[in-house]
Amino acid sequence: MVQKPSLLNEDLGIGGVTTRVRPHALNDDLHTETMVVNLGPAHPATHGTARISAELSGEKILNADVEVGYLHRGFEKMCETVDYNQVIPYTDRLNYVSPLINNVGWALAVENLLSIKVPKRCEYIRVVMSEISRVCDHLTCLGASAMELGAFTAFLYMVQAREYLWDLIESVTGARLTISYTRVGGVKHDLPPDFFVKMKEAFDGVRKQLDSCDRLLSRNRIFMDRMCDVAVVSRADAVSYGLSGPIGRASGVNYDVRRDFPYSSYEDFKFEVPMGTKGDNYDRFYVRMLEIEQSLKICEQAMSQLPDGPVSIRDPHVVLEPKEEVYKSIDGMINHFELVIKGVQVPAGEIYQIVEGGNGELGYYVVADGTGRPYKVHVRAPSYIHMGIMKKMLVGHTVADVVPIFGMINMIGGECDR
Amino acid sequence: MSDSRIQRCEELLHRKLGNRIVSLTKELGALVLVLNRNDVREVFKFLRDDSELHFDVLSSITAIDWLDNKSDRFEVVYHLLSLNNWYRLRVKVAVPEEDPTIDTLTDLWAAADYLECECWDMYGINFRGNPDQRRMLMYPEFVGHPLRKDYPVQGKQPRVPLIHPEVRNTATDMSRPALIQIRKRKEEARA
Repeated sequence: MVQKPSLLNEDLGIGGVTTRVRPHALNDDLHTETMVVNLGPAHPATHGTARISAELSGEKILNADVEVGYLHRGFEKMCETVDYNQVIPYTDRLNYVSPLINNVGWALAVENLLSIKVPKRCEYIRVVMSEISRVCDHLTCLGASAMELGAFTAFLYMVQAREYLWDLIESVTGARLTISYTRVGGVKHDLPPDFFVKMKEAFDGVRKQLDSCDRLLSRNRIFMDRMCDVAVVSRADAVSYGLSGPIGRASGVNYDVRRDFPYSSYEDFKFEVPMGTKGDNYDRFYVRMLEIEQSLKICEQAMSQLPDGPVSIRDPHVVLEPKEEVYKSIDGMINHFELVIKGVQVPAGEIYQIVEGGNGELGYYVVADGTGRPYKVHVRAPSYIHMGIMKKMLVGHTVADVVPIFGMINMIGGECDR
Repeated sequence: MSDSRIQRCEELLHRKLGNRIVSLTKELGALVLVLNRNDVREVFKFLRDDSELHFDVLSSITAIDWLDNKSDRFEVVYHLLSLNNWYRLRVKVAVPEEDPTIDTLTDLWAAADYLECECWDMYGINFRGNPDQRRMLMYPEFVGHPLRKDYPVQGKQPRVPLIHPEVRNTATDMSRPALIQIRKRKEEARA
């Protein structure tokens, strides 16, 4: 028996790419070696920055090691140093494709710690903005995944649809991506007067674009060949790995935070929760397609029954007083000063606030110690938890399947690495 | 979680866990169960497998660093969800500073692997029996655990030396000595 060269795990380092050659333990007639190839962290199709070291035998992935954390900015540590309202801009940078949902989740967590309830109009506005954000999230995920499989037209259509919605968001919040729209105890300001009309126009555009994409992709032979029966996740696995959101629902986990633990008046709206049947990539794709329509419907319901009234509570210890009060009265001035310098004083307690994020159950675990700053913040980031099953999904598939699998997990670096 | 559901879950937990409960309280609409460190594995297995409780999803694992504010410095916090009954439960386990060790749950829930790695990375809680406990968000050379309260916010770490210095400039340096060197090394290894 001839000894194989001892190149075990030795780095050949050709062209800056870590390449390891591992001798195969078998009878030596055929020269077979498995090869470890790094995919990422700078591959253009990796939506966030993640690294996958895949051990290949030919085209087949025998083993994979997924590494995350390239975008770690210490979100949780930063939150401990600022007051409760200052965390809101940080939450924009978690899932930056649907920042409004993160804003809403944080605001709800702090409001529950304070045991305050925001006005109905504010809750409805939050629902509308969350759902628009969710549609943006799904459009980005689907469009980018389609592009990675070669369907560039579908990507452009979806980005066009997203553009309509971003214009809409911009007209409300003044920003397109880093929005910071909610405040503890309400939202920044009311919707513009012509919002409902603009929204209808935008939704017509989105529906039209989505219809084109549906016709381009959903029954496309090439697309289906690439997506169907790839990376099937059973329900038992999905539960064990803690999958939630569209990925979990594609695998048959009938769980939607909006329906099962309603927050912010979601119980007032009628919507369906689309479910997958097989748990493959195509299901994950199609569940998202169907969810977009449901989200648009929720928005329309909320806007048609939007109650009148204020958009934030009137408590000078939580929400900044209107500017007229600050400039005209001494009380207003003092309250403004106190709130800006000391922040919202939150009584000691703990809360685990969940909302349905673009990718699944987004949870904020906040520990307050009675001061103006959180003692501890933990984000249950759906992307991070979904990356846990990545390895299991990859093994047994080919290198070409890595990109669609990764695309359908929709890992968002900001949220996953925090 | 509605009040009647909390009530039902609380009764079930009292009846089934008995004296293993250190405390079971309601806090802001959530049930908080405190356990002893030695009971963790058995109780979690029971919570998952029991037909009436059936907590099948492990939502999150994190820890709290209390410094000197409590008798044990760390507290590991688990969040559980039951998909059949829509119960939610927060489980807390105190862990002392001198031996920050707790049993792993990786064989009960696959999700525990990533969550425990993160908790170890951030707080230095050692999960006994975790097959692949490593730094998830920080890099392997990082010293210390950043979310501990005694780690400074502006804490600096030394730069990590380049792992493959010999292949650093192959693109810009057209004489390519590095590659030649590697090929030589490779041939030596084969010989």
